[in-house]
Amino acid sequence: MSELLQFVFSGMTVGAVYALVALGFTIIFNASGVVNFAQGEFVMLGGMITVFAHASGLPLPLAALIAVAVTAAVGVALNRLAIEPARGAPVVSLIIITIGASIFIRGASQLVFDKQIHSFPAFSGDDPIHVLGATILTQSLWVIGGAIAIFVGLWLFFTKTLLGRAVLATSNNRLAAQLVGINTKFVMTLSFALSAAIGALGGVLVTPITLTSYDVGLALALKGFAAAMLGGMGNPKGAFVGGLLLGLLEALTAGYLSSQYKDAAAFIIILAVLFFMPQGLFGRKSTDRV
Amino acid sequence: MRISTKYWTLLFLAALIAVTPFFFPSGYYFRVGSLLFVNGLAVTGIVILTGYAGQISLGHAGFAGIGGYACALAPVHWGVPPALAVVLGAAVSGVLAYLVGRPILRLKGYYLGVASLGFGILVAMVLNNERALTRGPDGIEVPDLGLRGLLKDWGLNLTNGEFWYVVTGICLLIGAWIALNLHSSPTGRALRALHGSEVAAGTVGIDVARVKLQAFVISAIYASVAGSLLALQNKFITPDVAGFLHSVEMVTMAVLGGVSSVPGAILGAGVLTLLPQVLTVFAEYEQLILGLVMMLVMIFLPEGLVPSILRRLRGRDE
Repeated sequence: MSELLQFVFSGMTVGAVYALVALGFTIIFNASGVVNFAQGEFVMLGGMITVFAHASGLPLPLAALIAVAVTAAVGVALNRLAIEPARGAPVVSLIIITIGASIFIRGASQLVFDKQIHSFPAFSGDDPIHVLGATILTQSLWVIGGAIAIFVGLWLFFTKTLLGRAVLATSNNRLAAQLVGINTKFVMTLSFALSAAIGALGGVLVTPITLTSYDVGLALALKGFAAAMLGGMGNPKGAFVGGLLLGLLEALTAGYLSSQYKDAAAFIIILAVLFFMPQGLFGRKSTDRV
Repeated sequence: MRISTKYWTLLFLAALIAVTPFFFPSGYYFRVGSLLFVNGLAVTGIVILTGYAGQISLGHAGFAGIGGYACALAPVHWGVPPALAVVLGAAVSGVLAYLVGRPILRLKGYYLGVASLGFGILVAMVLNNERALTRGPDGIEVPDLGLRGLLKDWGLNLTNGEFWYVVTGICLLIGAWIALNLHSSPTGRALRALHGSEVAAGTVGIDVARVKLQAFVISAIYASVAGSLLALQNKFITPDVAGFLHSVEMVTMAVLGGVSSVPGAILGAGVLTLLPQVLTVFAEYEQLILGLVMMLVMIFLPEGLVPSILRRLRGRDE
């Protein structure tokens, strides 16, 4: 029992990060119809910038704030410089653009930072908490709590504020949104900034546990994508639940089946979901106009 | 004049392959050349799948991995001659593509991309983890093809670089010839029809699912043979050959040059094969520049280099 609980704790921690990446995916996908393969790089940037800002003497909260702000700016730049000019391009081209962006960001951070593995101290000490024979790091609580707070914040933003509803309107029908006076260009900028900031925040929260280096982004992007797809592409609730589920499944696979094949869990799930319920857990069935 | 365009393309390609070695300053360039041809072969398969049929795969490196490891494992474990191992790898890849392709080709766009990506990563994972068989991430040595020795006995003495330049060059020509033939064959026309509109293709009596699957299997075999040639040439193979980045590289090469045309895709393979060789001087900046090239080409030349350049040359009369 305590063993299972231990796996659940670690699964929830990793899953919370996947959930944040998947949420970021969903925001950009809804706003622009683009699947952003560079999403994982935002997480990497969040962690790496915090590490280096902190090492240069800034207090941790300030370093984290700078990291989130800079990453959001990178997200905006990605939209302005690479996604917007290619509007209407075929799916393959968009895939290659965002993968290119991800390689570019990785290459740049390898130059700006370095190739070492980094970390910074956990927010509230390193003493684990004991629960029913299992232990959980306080930082894990930060990660899980942070993810839930971000999810609730997003939900409030999208349902309760005018700006959030403008984003939803744009993702439903860009032209119609424009006709009722929504600045869709600004909405796109906002979506990319928001998505990047969420990713960066995930990076800030999880780095004390998983450590970070310039090349952690790709794996995270793929897992986050799997999570988004598991929950149903374009559905924020699905993305969040999908992320947690994926994390749990991975931890259980590692614990009970094979730690070597824990990464396989994500991809077997993608394939199974796509085969048997392509709309995901929470997605609606879609039909194409001919 | 359609038919002659095809033969001009092949002739031009053959001439290029035959003449360039006279300008090679050193033997090292034979190796770069054969690497380019292997990539060109894999990318020609992508042209059939993505350019003709309009389907995306981000997992074709998985098939390259199968082809490569077939050449590493079959001769050692089952005594299959290396040349036959290439065929064996291609057969396994083809069957696997058939089995995987049936369910995943029902998907479209991003979903198909991700499903194929999942497949490719699973292959890479198996190659990494089944150490008893594949010896894991460090890679495994591949037996010699044996053909060079045979040629030597017949009095034809080639260096290793020259030999592989010739073999891969011939394979690329055969691959390009098949792909060009396919283009105007009934299957090729069916593929291009469903690229335009699956529903329309279906209403004129094309078995959409079947032709898609055919394209997937054929392109998997291309990737597999390319993987085999790479393994035999290097006499060594690592699971990286099946990795996600290799899949992306294949698609990028194809799209860079122009995914709907065989010569375009081969040019794309050329650019991306030569780029790292040029960039060794700036090894630090390699990823930066590669990412930049990928983005810039897709933004400014969305159809790829060759079609965009051709359009410029013809003027804007279309």
